[in-house]
Amino acid sequence: MSQTPSRSWRAILSTATDKIEKPIELLIKACGLSSIVLVAAIFFFVFWYAAPLLPKIDWFGHDGFFTSTNWHAKEREGATYGVLAMIVGNFAVAAVAMIIAIPLGLAAAVYISEFAGPRAKEWFKVSIEILAAIPSIVWGFIAITMIGPLLIKYAGATMGANLLNGGIVLGLMSVPLIVSLAEDSLRAVPDSFREAAMALGANRWEIVYRVLFPAARSGLMAACMLGVGRAIGETMAVLLATGNKNQIPTSFTDPITTLTATIASEMGDAEAGSPHSQSLFTIGLLLLVITCAINLTANLFIRGNKRKSAA
Amino acid sequence: MSPDSSMQPTHLEFRDLSVWYGQSKALDEITFSVPRHSVIGIVGPANSGKSTLLKTINRTLEFIDIAKTGGDVLVDGQNVKSIRNVYSLRRRIGMVFPLPVGLPMSVYDNVAYAPRRMGIHDKAQLDELVENCLRDSVLWDEVKDRLDLLGTKLSGGQQQRLTLARALSLEPEILCLDEFSIAIDPVTTMKIEEVLMRLKERMTIVLVTNLTQQARRMADAVAFINASQLIEWGPTEQLFNNPGKELTGRYLNGEFG
Repeated sequence: MSQTPSRSWRAILSTATDKIEKPIELLIKACGLSSIVLVAAIFFFVFWYAAPLLPKIDWFGHDGFFTSTNWHAKEREGATYGVLAMIVGNFAVAAVAMIIAIPLGLAAAVYISEFAGPRAKEWFKVSIEILAAIPSIVWGFIAITMIGPLLIKYAGATMGANLLNGGIVLGLMSVPLIVSLAEDSLRAVPDSFREAAMALGANRWEIVYRVLFPAARSGLMAACMLGVGRAIGETMAVLLATGNKNQIPTSFTDPITTLTATIASEMGDAEAGSPHSQSLFTIGLLLLVITCAINLTANLFIRGNKRKSAA
Repeated sequence: MSPDSSMQPTHLEFRDLSVWYGQSKALDEITFSVPRHSVIGIVGPANSGKSTLLKTINRTLEFIDIAKTGGDVLVDGQNVKSIRNVYSLRRRIGMVFPLPVGLPMSVYDNVAYAPRRMGIHDKAQLDELVENCLRDSVLWDEVKDRLDLLGTKLSGGQQQRLTLARALSLEPEILCLDEFSIAIDPVTTMKIEEVLMRLKERMTIVLVTNLTQQARRMADAVAFINASQLIEWGPTEQLFNNPGKELTGRYLNGEFG
């Protein structure tokens, strides 16, 4: 059998792919650019709907956007747009959530990746995937019907829906995300690292702490940052769990509200194009800026760590 | 080669050692012994079980879930199975794996890690120890000005020598080298070989190598392992010049492998 025909076909095919290489490269480039374009478009869209109100807003005055808690956006006359309490509420509830979720999530990831046997590992992974798939409204129900009464009974809360409740629910919601990402990055550390540390007489805890954590650092950081992102951006569960009260909390059992919850609860009442609607878009713009800032900080932090030598 | 190595007491001994990975046998009733302060060369084709043999000494084989062992490994007459604190055993045995691994900490900390764990915290003492280990592994001149660099950033050959420095930092009584020179250039390899010959006064060296000439240069005795079985072992020159089995002669002369 002669090989000539097949060879010439191959030759034709390879010249053909040579020719379309450039267009394919351009296509892939366009796909990559689309994500940047999309981000820009979202910023523009939110900004566009908020824009008419922006020049009229008092930003840092007595009833200022960043400096007061007076949120009276519905008023036709003398409306004020102070979102300080929502910002504080947002960060407070996210902080409580992370205090719960980061230790729990990292510890669970270490257990699954380093200590659990192969069968246990499968069970844990399946149940964590299920946990991650629970809709946020269901978490809201759990907050109201289970966590709330427990807080009233044992934490001396007057209302079941409060800062602590929101923090607990958000924490539990973030755990599966943190676990699965952290477990992935721990598993990506080559076994040769574990062997090398083990040969030096390191015990399992030291292997985790001195070798795996530094080696997987950027992945673990990303896992935690995504957890924070989820906690800041989550809406439905927070709306139900925090009590939706526009005040700066003075204790963990005070009801609060967040930027996201305010948008969700008021958007339905706000007439399209009204100052009220524009004020809600202004909050949306602020949320965008906050999440972008968190992501950028995380990126800088990760890159800084990579350049710097570990001490 | 020290002529009196045969006079030395046994330091390391394998007795009917077998290892299975699941159903497949990786080592089949291996029996031989290594005198103190000698170099034993372990040679044989790839996949014959040489690395597995090393992992039974410091019990890092236990890390592999499916591995099962039979028979005994004795260090200084003590069965390693009976050692309660496996970490203390591992600290007595230096191990250099074939894949270079810089741990994700600075070059300095890579070497100072084990000594610190053993309770040495005096800065001057640590500095001296780190320098000595890096000199012994012929890495000092290349890294002395950047000891705070991440160990993972060194080149492959440098990481290989860092692994050696780390193993030496334990002041091990047995030093196991698994293909230590595959990522290292010949000139550096020869330098390290010289250092190892000096280190023999302080420790027993188990040298797993694919380079039969390296074994001939360094080892006092050679064990030839093929397809999970110990074909024969004995003094180096005897095995090279007058092997008891035909297979041994053919392998050592480079006719297969």
